[in-house]
Amino acid sequence: MTPATADRLKKPAHKAEPGEKAPPPDDSRLLYTGADWDYDTIKRCHDAIQDIALNELGLDVYPNQIEVITSEQMLDAYASIGMPLLYRHWSFGKHFARDEAMYRRGMRGLAYEIVINSSPCISYIMEENSITMQALVIAHAAFGHNHFFKNNYLFQQWTDAEGILGYLDFAKSYIARCEERYGQQLVERTLDAAHALMNQGIHRYPRRRLDLQSEARREQERHEMQRQLYNDLWRTVPAKKGQKAPSDEERRRALLDLPEENILYFLEKKAPRLANWQREVLRIVRHVAQYFSPQRQTKVMNEGCATYTHYRIMTRLHETGRISDGAYLEFLHSHTAVVFQPAFDDPRYSGINPYALGFAMMQDIERIATNPTEEDRAWFPGYAGSGDAMAALRDAWANYRDESFILQYLSPHLMRKMRLFHLHDDSDESVYRVNAIHDERGYRRVRQQLAAQYDFSSLDPDIQIADVDLAGDRRLILEHRVQNGVLLAEEDAKSVLQHVANLWGYDVMLVENDNDGKTLRKLTVPARTVLLAE
Amino acid sequence: MSMIIVDRRSNPKGKSLANRQRFIRRAKEQILRAVNGASSSRRIKDVESGADIAIPTGGIAEPTFRRSAQGGIRDHVVPGNKEFMEGDTIAKPPGGAGGGRGNEGSADGGGEDEFRFVLTREEFMDLFMEDLELPDLAKRKLKAADAVLWQRAGYSVSGSPTNLNLVRTMRNSLSRRIALKRPKSDEMLALEAEIAELEAHPGQDPDRLMALRGLLERQVLRAKRIPYIDPIDVRYNRFTAIPKPAAQAVMFCLMDVSGSMTEHMKDLAKRFFMLLYLFLTRRYKQVEVVFIRHTHEAEEVDEDTFFHSTETGGTMVSTALEEMKRIIKERYPVSDWNIYGAQASDGDNTTSDGGRTAALLQNDLLPACQYYAYVEVGSDPDAMPAGFATHARETDLWRTYKQVTGTETPFVMKKVRHRREIYPVFRELFARDGAKQTEEATP
Repeated sequence: MTPATADRLKKPAHKAEPGEKAPPPDDSRLLYTGADWDYDTIKRCHDAIQDIALNELGLDVYPNQIEVITSEQMLDAYASIGMPLLYRHWSFGKHFARDEAMYRRGMRGLAYEIVINSSPCISYIMEENSITMQALVIAHAAFGHNHFFKNNYLFQQWTDAEGILGYLDFAKSYIARCEERYGQQLVERTLDAAHALMNQGIHRYPRRRLDLQSEARREQERHEMQRQLYNDLWRTVPAKKGQKAPSDEERRRALLDLPEENILYFLEKKAPRLANWQREVLRIVRHVAQYFSPQRQTKVMNEGCATYTHYRIMTRLHETGRISDGAYLEFLHSHTAVVFQPAFDDPRYSGINPYALGFAMMQDIERIATNPTEEDRAWFPGYAGSGDAMAALRDAWANYRDESFILQYLSPHLMRKMRLFHLHDDSDESVYRVNAIHDERGYRRVRQQLAAQYDFSSLDPDIQIADVDLAGDRRLILEHRVQNGVLLAEEDAKSVLQHVANLWGYDVMLVENDNDGKTLRKLTVPARTVLLAE
Repeated sequence: MSMIIVDRRSNPKGKSLANRQRFIRRAKEQILRAVNGASSSRRIKDVESGADIAIPTGGIAEPTFRRSAQGGIRDHVVPGNKEFMEGDTIAKPPGGAGGGRGNEGSADGGGEDEFRFVLTREEFMDLFMEDLELPDLAKRKLKAADAVLWQRAGYSVSGSPTNLNLVRTMRNSLSRRIALKRPKSDEMLALEAEIAELEAHPGQDPDRLMALRGLLERQVLRAKRIPYIDPIDVRYNRFTAIPKPAAQAVMFCLMDVSGSMTEHMKDLAKRFFMLLYLFLTRRYKQVEVVFIRHTHEAEEVDEDTFFHSTETGGTMVSTALEEMKRIIKERYPVSDWNIYGAQASDGDNTTSDGGRTAALLQNDLLPACQYYAYVEVGSDPDAMPAGFATHARETDLWRTYKQVTGTETPFVMKKVRHRREIYPVFRELFARDGAKQTEEATP
């Protein structure tokens, strides 16, 4: 299962103090006083925030729908990967049980909000939060994320904000119907298999649309053409040297559209022994995976955009006297906890915090646009000193994903500020090597390496369907293109392969090749018939 | 742009219930094992609370294709450089792991060795009882929370149609009709008959006919205005829930703790005591538990000592019965307490002690007890090599107690070698209770 990809703004471990109780007497402009909220204050906050977001920052958003939920409902929502409407499956129950246990022990705070990339854009806010937190969440989710969802090219290309809620509704009832008709167990096994392949169920490049029917029709037309043009004389013409007729193998691969990196798609369309409803189940899982894939590729940008937006808006509200000093301090308390980045040797370090990196980069872009140094002008001639930070940011938010964004926008200034350095770890050596640091010689390499960490190839291993032994035992052959000599974790790989074999209906082999085509390891798994419906 | 606020707080709770049930079904085997572990480590009185359960991730793992944590070349960009220059080397920590990668625990918990979560009381009881193979009736009874009796409590002006009290309603209706002088139907009929009579002979008494017609018209109007049954007449039977008569009970747990009792036997005994405790808490508001252990002498101990320490010595069952008798006399007068005895032993007893034991039970304890159960625990038949398992010789204590059994005595004895054999000991107890309930249900 994909880790939860819906956005979560984490609550700091300790609860923020509620805002000041006693308002200064002269403030008639304040949107609210105290910590409690009601619908009117939320509406007032929303309108004030919207005014800043649309008119000052120039954001462009889907209509907003804000839903108030309880903490239990929040737990529930993010047990099912942030989608409250998702179909039923035991794994969501498992996540709920774990999250609930951790929440009860106080080991984990709850997310303040969950936002769904849909139109209208639905943001969930929790009832027990103070009004300042609700305002923060509205600025963060209902405007920051919302703008990003609507404008980023990946979301535009791969997700359908208008249709997603209806589709999830359909998926839920479809799977419930399947459970009734074919039994919970069989549906569960099918879903298990599909979930295991979720990360391999994503199209990465737009594809031409072809289905089996039109393929068959074209095949027939070709055949007809050949029949009409048939002339036995052609057989006697000697073939040109070096131009061989395509072999059977190549023809078969072309016919099956191989190699194919979307394993779920391949199985859905071409696994010979699946029932139609099982194909539909694979399709549903694949659609859900595809829907979430832009979020996985834009974690830093998405959070950076939302965090920058809420910071600008809350600060502006404070500047214009719409929120009190106490409320602003409460906001800053949460904000700093969210964008905190511990150093690598800090016990709290757990990788680069996407909120911290994203927010820092957005602020850096603002700085370069409005107040650049000589160095910035040399590195970013395109927009340095342009004076319009929001234009530069909106352009970045619309046209990049994490990898390209970092490659394009990470500045030497920020690398120095974060003191980024590149560590090289070769398992054959007894030491780590510092390959580049934040200095003149290292900027470009550090930036490249950091960008590479957010690339497709770092997110998921590159696994493709290479071939099918149609003439022999119908064995499906998968190829893992090994990067840097890192093989797959064997136990997990075997379990997933078992799922593939069950779906395919025949044996499956995974070959792990390095860049030179040398085979490093082979795993073979025989099919079991657990998925075959009577 | 308009914004919509939706309040979802009042949506039905427990939306994740279906997922949770699927999860528990999926992980049943592991959870069952964990529940068994938990129930052997918890106190008898805690058997009913929910449980913090940890199960191995094995059966509920969600595998994905992911890169191995070992081998190969990895590049990391990390923040917070303080001293390193390009080309520096850093010794790897022993053990191999390290770098930035190790911290990236997968979000689905794949990196954890154990999966921890909380079972509710209901779920725990379900699983706990499943292993004891209780019949459904008994399970239902044990799971039910405080039982209530519904008792008639006067009348109310609202209720469901099935509870409509016809007599009351009609009485109210009648008195209202009388008070408001609603014309009765036979009076109306008489009036109509008289009018018909007069009309049949026109010219006889036209004044009277006019008067009668006017009267009839007024009466019809009046009957319309004053309904036959008005909502204010309607009365329903009112019921009120009163808790079932609650009393107090004391449960004596007697166990032989001499060296011959193995851990398996003690576990069986514990489950036996737990089940009795559960049963008693259903019937009595307050249940006290007394633990008496014995070798050749008996003493009252706390639960920990009872289950977890072994003593050396001979075996004289009568000492324990003596102790029980003493405690009853001192602290639990028969008139105030329902007394239940539960004894577990491997059946050893000093031969000369037999007569005394039987006499104590027969003459002193059984008359005071509601119920006395004796289980003779044996080794696990599954763990025994074939051929040994069926070998069963009557033990000293068994022979002794056999003299006591009779149809009228509240005494049961049973040999138990596996958890699933425990329930039959209680069959009579549950059956009796069940019969009583069916009697109550059919007045």
